[in-house]
Amino acid sequence: MLWTRKHLITLEELSLAEIEQIHTTAATFKAILSRGVKKLPALRGKTVVNLFLEPSTRTRMAFDMAAKRLSADVISFDSASSSTTKGETLRDTAQNIEALKADLLVIRHAASGSPLYLSKILHIPVVNAGDGAHEHPTQGLLDTFTMKEHLGPLKGRKVVILGDILFSRVARSNIYALTKMGANVTLVGPATLVPPALTELGVQVSHDLRSGLADAEVVMLLRIQHERQSSSHFPSLGEYTSMFGLNKTRASWLNPKAIIMHPGPINRGVEIDSDLADGERSVILEQVSNGIAVRMAALYLCSGGQPDQATLTE
Amino acid sequence: MSSLWIANARVIDPASGRDEVGNLFIDDGRIVASLSADKKKRAKKIDARGLVACPGLVDIHVHFREPGQTHKETILTGSQAAAAGGFTSVVCMPNTSPVADNAGTIQFINDAIRRDAVVKIFPTGCITVGMKGQSLAPIGSLKRAGVVAITDDGECVQNNEVMRRAVEYAKMFDLPVMDHCQESSMTQGAVMNEGIMSIRLGLRGWPNAAEDIIVARNVILSTYSGAHIHMQHISSKNSVELLRRAKSRGVRVSAEATPHHIALTDAELATYDTNFKMNPPLRTEADRQEIIAGLRDGTLDCISTDHAPHTDYEKDKEFDYAPNGILGLETSLAVTLQVLVRENKFKLSHVVDLMTRKPAEILKLQAGTLSAGAAGDVCLFDPEESWVYNSRKGFSKSSNSPWNGETLTGRVKTTIVDGRVVFADGKIK
Repeated sequence: MLWTRKHLITLEELSLAEIEQIHTTAATFKAILSRGVKKLPALRGKTVVNLFLEPSTRTRMAFDMAAKRLSADVISFDSASSSTTKGETLRDTAQNIEALKADLLVIRHAASGSPLYLSKILHIPVVNAGDGAHEHPTQGLLDTFTMKEHLGPLKGRKVVILGDILFSRVARSNIYALTKMGANVTLVGPATLVPPALTELGVQVSHDLRSGLADAEVVMLLRIQHERQSSSHFPSLGEYTSMFGLNKTRASWLNPKAIIMHPGPINRGVEIDSDLADGERSVILEQVSNGIAVRMAALYLCSGGQPDQATLTE
Repeated sequence: MSSLWIANARVIDPASGRDEVGNLFIDDGRIVASLSADKKKRAKKIDARGLVACPGLVDIHVHFREPGQTHKETILTGSQAAAAGGFTSVVCMPNTSPVADNAGTIQFINDAIRRDAVVKIFPTGCITVGMKGQSLAPIGSLKRAGVVAITDDGECVQNNEVMRRAVEYAKMFDLPVMDHCQESSMTQGAVMNEGIMSIRLGLRGWPNAAEDIIVARNVILSTYSGAHIHMQHISSKNSVELLRRAKSRGVRVSAEATPHHIALTDAELATYDTNFKMNPPLRTEADRQEIIAGLRDGTLDCISTDHAPHTDYEKDKEFDYAPNGILGLETSLAVTLQVLVRENKFKLSHVVDLMTRKPAEILKLQAGTLSAGAAGDVCLFDPEESWVYNSRKGFSKSSNSPWNGETLTGRVKTTIVDGRVVFADGKIK
């Protein structure tokens, strides 16, 4: 099967086969990344622009790294250095980037729908690096990739996503990928951050931590954003931790082999005990490493590469 | 003065109960029962075979952006769009720049109306100074300057004490208070309906409850004060039910529905098209159905467009950052006919009523009827003609319409104001 998409905007629109194609391609790249010489010529002569209009550390560096491993020229810039601070519209900024002969645009934006909007305006591929509370497709892909490495096929496996689902693009992308892969997804957190309408996405919703975590093979924590306190979504960080924070006792309710995940950045002592974040069940740093291979796959496929040719290196 | 003889039209005038194929005469700018033989000979005759002749349409909720935002619309272009849509009387909202919270600004608007308007335009004034919801605007002076209602449209008065005093005070002048029902502490940052679509799209939702709470508040204030409060663009099914119960008790409230809230739902937002972004937002199918039911049983009194022009470059943005609002005047009749008559089997005369007599009655406008002696304001339309709406080629200065490029059925052919043809053959006369 050929990869036919030019843009990577959402996981909602991807088929299971497409998700697996990205995983397969990422696995090939991951193997190469463990070699002494980590660079591939796949995107030699092409320019990837990382337009990050919202703060990011991990994602931006991983996209940078991924493009460089594929031998692309990379230009990264953020909102502080872009003309958007002078009032330039997103359309104008993006069209200027295209006029400067970029071959692919990676965009991170606080406004949901911005990558889709740009994909309709531009002629070059657009890869979504996170848009508002909408989607973060490469995060969902790297998370499921990491789960598969530990668990094998995800069909029938219980995966818990715990925390601020309402405002989380990571949760949405994971929900779409996991449900397509056949996992049993349970969303856990306070009712204000995990509204019941989410069940329409084909997942379970629970506000009871104990039954929610019971026998789960994966628990993915989401960062609790401090600013939600002032918007009255929950009383305080202290109360959140006491009700929903993951600690050793609560982790014992999980399946004994369960892995603990977090997309970062972590609030140690809020959504997760510091010990657990660093513990043997934590795969948080593996997620970060896998982020490079998965983003290489995304850039490679959206640039016209094919999954079975990903091994054609030098 | 000249006479006008509209022949062979299906004349629909809900105010007089008339619905028959026949003649309609206008003499000296007024509807007359008949013309003398001599006048008939000299009258301008319009053969309206196959067309409906109804009172000029009335829209009690438009934004013409003058003064201050004339890059979006002006009284001239807005009134031309109205004429093209079959409207002869429209009521413009006071959220101009500066806002119309004083008699001087109303005077400025009235001067522009006299100078430029091709249809009748009635201004409204603000409820509060600066539309800030804090202290009452000079409502008596506004009335004297000619406003037909007061409203802080777009900025619902949040303070219940201010709203209570506003409706009590306005009642003294027999001035209706129009309210955009939105409890704003519940809608911070919201850009669409709250529900599964807002979850899917990752956009902030505004819940029905935020409308319902203010509708309930207004029902309560009207109950205690006896003041007339008009609820603008109802979008929530529970608000319809609240109003239904209030009206059954005789509370002095009225309400409107827009063509977009009866035609569209939040499912349209799947592509983040900002031409579907307005406030209140498109809601669910259940809400849409209840609004139609409310129009059917009289809970909702009329159709209003909330015609809200914005330029291309203002709308062409990230969804979160685009302004609220869409055009309405040039598509209102066709869309309403489609939803209410063709899809929901309303009688044509019922829809004409919702777009003429009923809205005029709410604000006591001298409009909305073809009774003898009434102003010679007439809309001639072909209920069956299909046409493709190109919002860029419309008369509004802006083109932000969700129906751009759509084939619509039901087309305005001629618009007559005070016996004078102001729109015909696709052109402003």
